[in-house]
Amino acid sequence: MGVLVTTTINGDTVEFACDPHESLLDVLRNRLGLSGAKEGCGTGDCGSCSVQVDGRVVCSCLVLGVEAEGREIETVEGLSTGTELHPLQTKFLEHAALQCGVCTPGFLMAAKALLEKNPDPTEEEIRFGLAGNLCRCTGYDKIVRAVQDAAKVMRG
Amino acid sequence: MQYEAPETTKAAVGLLAKAKGSAYVLAGGSDLLVRMKGGFVEPDLVVDIKRIKAMREIKKTASGFTIGAAVSCAEMNENKALIKAWPGVVEAAGLIGSKQVQSRCTVAGNLCNSSPAADSVPALVAAGAKAVIQGPKGKRKVAVEDVPVGPGKNSLKKGELIEAIELPARKGKSGDAYLRFIPRSEMDIAVVSAGVSLTLGDKGVIKDARVSLGAVAPTVLLVKAAAKAIIGTKLDEAALEKLGQAASAACKPIDDKRGTIEFRTKVAAVLAKRAAQIAYKRAGGK
Repeated sequence: MGVLVTTTINGDTVEFACDPHESLLDVLRNRLGLSGAKEGCGTGDCGSCSVQVDGRVVCSCLVLGVEAEGREIETVEGLSTGTELHPLQTKFLEHAALQCGVCTPGFLMAAKALLEKNPDPTEEEIRFGLAGNLCRCTGYDKIVRAVQDAAKVMRG
Repeated sequence: MQYEAPETTKAAVGLLAKAKGSAYVLAGGSDLLVRMKGGFVEPDLVVDIKRIKAMREIKKTASGFTIGAAVSCAEMNENKALIKAWPGVVEAAGLIGSKQVQSRCTVAGNLCNSSPAADSVPALVAAGAKAVIQGPKGKRKVAVEDVPVGPGKNSLKKGELIEAIELPARKGKSGDAYLRFIPRSEMDIAVVSAGVSLTLGDKGVIKDARVSLGAVAPTVLLVKAAAKAIIGTKLDEAALEKLGQAASAACKPIDDKRGTIEFRTKVAAVLAKRAAQIAYKRAGGK
């Protein structure tokens, strides 16, 4: 028997039952079919499970599913508008800012949070802002360029 | 495991006091959930304090600031009045983990976790902060340096929890600073750290100071001899030298993969001096 939780995910009201010790990441992936957020380290070091809770980027592996009660959660699945990709997604593709793709959903969510607070970040600010996200393929440079370019598009 | 998210401190204390097995307070979870995941702790009860309204607020009062135990370090870094009064404390809180961790982690949790390398603790100790502890026998206030008693161990009794951290009001020309040494530029654990808070009297002479060191002993240290070395001075070369000597003399570090005893002892002096210079400048000294 689990705990019944009502929350909002990407604008939709969602109800689920989970065990009290289950992480939000496991709830998203295993109970709700939202497999965008990935488990890398499971200890809050790699950021591949990044989602937003009440407007702040968090590692969903370090949030309990039961904590989601009444909160607003945004995952990478909510980033695009229908079939139209978010500028960050478009620019990640254009700049080839991914290879294996495991870190990408986390980078996108962390970059989104960064640009919401700071629409025109310097390279240094981007690197510090994304320091909680690890990528073992790209060497980060292409990711930084993609975020800079997306920021430009988003500023209009 | 039972999960509870009470809405009052009283209810939280009641749950913790009545708990039969192991009970843990959940604030940001950046320590607790990692330990649960690693199998180091298996709580029978977790009491989430984030639904307690009073614990979510930073209040500015005549006697200073009250930072609720569930206030995240990100929220501290967005509070202009707090940043202005205690820049060192806020910077130290802002050094814990990543943006993701910042969204959740709290200084009260950092204190209770009782790591000697905790970033916010030396800054809080230097600031003369107090922990407001609520428990079955009522409220008590203790100096933050008396909360950790060893690595991973704190002085809270069964049923007790920290409700808030209090920072004193800033009077006159005052400043604080926190510095840590890490081999990376971010996202790392302090090898050595130092916090300094000071107040200037007439003509830039230091009339009051507190100096703390992190990661050089089983708990964060308040180094009174180091403060004494700079009180009554204008932080001239001789005073800085004595400050450094006192800081090194207070170190009782261990050798580990992050740093040697020799390195930590030497760098403690360097960081204490530099932090004192920043705090002095922030206080308006020249």
